[in-house]
Amino acid sequence: MSADESRPLMMWLPARLRRIDPAVATAFGCTILLLFLGSLYSTEFLSPAYLLQQLKVASFLGVIATGMMVVILLGQIDLSVPWVVAVGGMMACAATAHGEIGLMFAIPFGLLCGIALGIVNGIGVAYLRIPSMIITLSVNAVAQGLMVAYTGGFSPQDSASAAMRFIATGDTAFGIPNALVVWGLIGAGAVFLFTRTTFGRAIYAIGNRERAAYLSGIDTQRVVMIAFAISGGLSALGGVLLAGYASKAAQAMGDAYLLPSIAAVVLGGTSILGGRGSYLGTVAGVILITLLQSILSVMQMEEFGRQIIYGVVIIVMLLLYGRERLLR
Amino acid sequence: MDAAVPLFHVEGVSKRYGGVRALEEADLSVYSGRVHAILGENGAGKSTLIKVMAGVVAPDKGRMTLEGREVSFPDPAAANRAGVVCIFQELSLIPDLSVADNIVISNPPKRFGLIDRRAQRRMAEEALARAGGEDIHPMTPVKDLPLSRRQIVEIAKALARQPRILILDEATSALTAADVTKVFAVLKRLRSEGLALLYISHRMHEIAEIADECTVFRNGRNVATYRAGTKTDNEVVEMMIGREYSHVFPPKPAAVPSDKPPILEVRNLSWTQRLRDISLVARPGEVVGLGGLDGQGQRELLLALFGVLKGVSGEMLIDGKPAPISSPRVAKSRKFGMALIPEDRKTEGLMLPMAVRANLSFAALDRLSSCGVIDRPAESASVQDMIKLLAIRTDGVDIPVGSLSGGNQQKVVIAKWLMVTPRIILLNDPTRGIDVGTKQEIYQLLRKLADSGAAIIFYSTDYDELIGCCNRVLVLYDGAVKRTLVEEEITERALIASALNIAADQGDAGIRPAVSA
Amino acid sequence: MRDWRYRFAEQRGTPLAVAIFLVMFVIYVSNHPAGFTANVVQTAANKGVILAFVAMAQTFVVLTAGIDLSVGMIFILTNCLGSYIVTGSMGTAALGVIGVLVVGLVCGALNGLIVIYGRLQPIVTTIATGSIYYGIALWLRPQPGSSDDFNSDIADFMTSQLPGGIPMSLVALFVIVLVVWLPFRRSEVGRAVYATGSSEVGAYMSGVPIRRAKFAAYTLSGLLSAVGGLYFTFITYSGVASFADGGTYTLYSIAAVVLGGVSLFGGVGSAVGAIFGALAFRTIGDLIFVFDLEPLWQTLFQGIVLLLAVCIGSARLFQVRNRLELFT
Repeated sequence: MSADESRPLMMWLPARLRRIDPAVATAFGCTILLLFLGSLYSTEFLSPAYLLQQLKVASFLGVIATGMMVVILLGQIDLSVPWVVAVGGMMACAATAHGEIGLMFAIPFGLLCGIALGIVNGIGVAYLRIPSMIITLSVNAVAQGLMVAYTGGFSPQDSASAAMRFIATGDTAFGIPNALVVWGLIGAGAVFLFTRTTFGRAIYAIGNRERAAYLSGIDTQRVVMIAFAISGGLSALGGVLLAGYASKAAQAMGDAYLLPSIAAVVLGGTSILGGRGSYLGTVAGVILITLLQSILSVMQMEEFGRQIIYGVVIIVMLLLYGRERLLR
Repeated sequence: MDAAVPLFHVEGVSKRYGGVRALEEADLSVYSGRVHAILGENGAGKSTLIKVMAGVVAPDKGRMTLEGREVSFPDPAAANRAGVVCIFQELSLIPDLSVADNIVISNPPKRFGLIDRRAQRRMAEEALARAGGEDIHPMTPVKDLPLSRRQIVEIAKALARQPRILILDEATSALTAADVTKVFAVLKRLRSEGLALLYISHRMHEIAEIADECTVFRNGRNVATYRAGTKTDNEVVEMMIGREYSHVFPPKPAAVPSDKPPILEVRNLSWTQRLRDISLVARPGEVVGLGGLDGQGQRELLLALFGVLKGVSGEMLIDGKPAPISSPRVAKSRKFGMALIPEDRKTEGLMLPMAVRANLSFAALDRLSSCGVIDRPAESASVQDMIKLLAIRTDGVDIPVGSLSGGNQQKVVIAKWLMVTPRIILLNDPTRGIDVGTKQEIYQLLRKLADSGAAIIFYSTDYDELIGCCNRVLVLYDGAVKRTLVEEEITERALIASALNIAADQGDAGIRPAVSA
Repeated sequence: MRDWRYRFAEQRGTPLAVAIFLVMFVIYVSNHPAGFTANVVQTAANKGVILAFVAMAQTFVVLTAGIDLSVGMIFILTNCLGSYIVTGSMGTAALGVIGVLVVGLVCGALNGLIVIYGRLQPIVTTIATGSIYYGIALWLRPQPGSSDDFNSDIADFMTSQLPGGIPMSLVALFVIVLVVWLPFRRSEVGRAVYATGSSEVGAYMSGVPIRRAKFAAYTLSGLLSAVGGLYFTFITYSGVASFADGGTYTLYSIAAVVLGGVSLFGGVGSAVGAIFGALAFRTIGDLIFVFDLEPLWQTLFQGIVLLLAVCIGSARLFQVRNRLELFT
């Protein structure tokens, strides 16, 4: 599967035009359209308070989608997001029950657990050449098993540390939610990684043609492993934020984030086959999905309608700019 | 040229791929009972023309007629139904299906609506026999067959479709001499049965043997059509490149004295059954060639030197010290300074959708960065230097490297490796599919690199290149070095003779012993 | 005559899946308090057959080198629909059954049309359509429930025990394999499916009807998910629109397919293998009860076994002598 089979038209456009990625433009365009349609329903939708709240909620998905993007750029997928998120949240909360040291290291501990699971994924994909779909699925099941066994099947009782609550619910001096700041920092890191580092170049190269990257002297296996570790860590961070937001972790807290994170990355123009995509697109995708879910819920649309519209929107948008090239 | 009505006639066909004009008002006439050869450089349009004729690609304009009636094929299946069958190198075989399934893949015999396996097997065996592949078991999965057997299956598959026009696109590139003889016998019989044959190949001697008439393509157009045998090879090449041509290789300096310490020394290198006990030496300033028939281990040898193969036994010394090279990453490190220009630039040398800049700097990234952060200005400067040095023609460094021509793409691959200032340069058939102008630039470059102290190991399937560029040539046969030819000893006769594993004085021009390699 | 050797090699992964299942099942039955009795087999069969149908569904799509993440949702949808229309007299109930199967076909066909004519990647397409199907299911059954005149006769018959202790569900599975899978495999369309998955480019050049093949694969997938959903209705007499269950069945179907020797890269494998993979996967869960382990450990156990099974498959990696074979 190679990415150079799609969008040949893009390759021949003059440089200036090409810089405006149609996917990103469409995603942002739809976001604005959504806001406009929402404002017809109620002007509340354009209030700064509402928009900031949306950005705060989007931050959770945004952090997770960042990790997913790294893996998708490689041409892989990470289906262990649901329970790595839960592990991050639950383990961070669990650490708080262990005295002062526990409280201090709650967040790093949660992240570390996620990174460890990510490394298992990474070793499976990079060194054992197991298809990412199946290894991340297995790791997801194992993570779920561990958490279910740990909590005895009940809701976890440990509560989040103050630090967790702070980064998830607090605001900075200008009224900007801390969660958004966290996403902003992660995002800035991601952009830097993708555009300015050798690691980022290697990721795009591997997603395009791993064989060529290998023969050019890159340790592709290590890059893949680290990429999955990053994804695991970011999923866990998402879990930490969610636990901080609710003041405690919950069973299956990550389930609702798997499909939206994949959708956000793809709607932002990143090719599911790897090798192509910009972070700005993922940002647009995350905001679009968050906004869509929020508007539908405020409109009091029933759950079933939300699900249907959600699916239809994704298909329609992909039909606009996600189509593969004709074999002729 | 007689005035008979052509069986198939193509007129005014044009096809563009973005900014590249693959075909420009091309035309061609194909007659029954004749073998028509098509020559031309890569990018001249021959492959695109065939793809149009075979229904794989849709032309932008032009018309095609079959027996005087206008036709157009929306897909390969339609072309097949009309009797136009194309044999590709091996692209059209399904690896996980059996030989029989592949041969009778369209319109299989059926019983009660399901595929009749027994009848299918009989048809496959018949087709295999006609194509000279009796040794192939019809139930073998195609992916388990070596490339030469797969080409025979591809030919059998084409024959099973009862074609009226058979197009062969480099269909013999992986076949042994014995296979080629058998296939040619089949083709000659088909010709006498009235089939029209279109034969595309770079091998002049094959064309001389089988073609009735030839057409030369250049820049997407038909520039000349003539009866076979009426033009010399040089005239043909001139038509292909459109200007005066003479084999120009840069002059070789005096032979490198053999007491000069070698950069690279290999002793008793072996790997599975494909490489046996190979020893060689490469000194700074030397261009060492690897010769022999296709598939005798030359590619594997280069991969072994570069650290790609596992389980390689033997010793490798660089600058006199043991060099445990376990991966390309180690090979290219400053300590060893090796580079490999790989066999297939599109899948092994370049990331086609990525920018020219990114591809060029890719191998040297760790030198252009500190702590993992790329030094952009340094990268740009190095990239520009390389573009100038190799005269790479590109509309800027941020366009995808896939939009460059084949020759320029190969230059990018070479430039990528030059950025790591290698001392040992391995090249795996670097000029395959490249236009003549770029080839000559590459020869000049190699000589310059050798003169500045690098040792070069150069595998080529082109005798002229080995003769023109190399100081020494190691001819491989069945994974071992059969013979080493030095300086004046490198002649076409000696190369062919050692390749076929016979002594030089026995191999007379004209006598081609039917030894399967 | 080397023919039998080729025929055996053709099946490849399936015998292994059968072996795994037999081993698991023997352990299960020999440790079960009731032993190898008809009732034990009956319960195991009823549970296993459902996953087996969904795994068969997944097989069709995976063979084309695609993936169907909506099988679980079609399963849920048909379950809910079944609880509404498999009602009344035998006649109307039979019509209801046919109706459910048709809906499954239509869902599968929709997936196929979007993938083929929309030229979208299967993974994102089926994520989106899965959402739509779930929404419809939720609309049908906002609360779990059943119809008053649900025809329990059909349900009981399909889950009954035939003389000799043979579960009817296994017979139904056998009949489906006989009537759907075997003819498919030997047909031209079936071979086209394998060809498309093995090498789409080669298939195109060879004039294989790729579009028809993909359409058949996705449509049959929908049909088989519907059979699974029907069986679920037969067992529970009701319809439940559970998002979690849908997701679980989807992911388990992928696990079953991989255990059954079907390659995620397409072109290799058989539905029979997938069936045994599903049965083996189910039995793993049952082993928990039999060994009197904490039920909580079930998910962990399943995850670990899946992980091990998948890692064993990559043992052949160590035989690779040319590293280029590892990288595409």
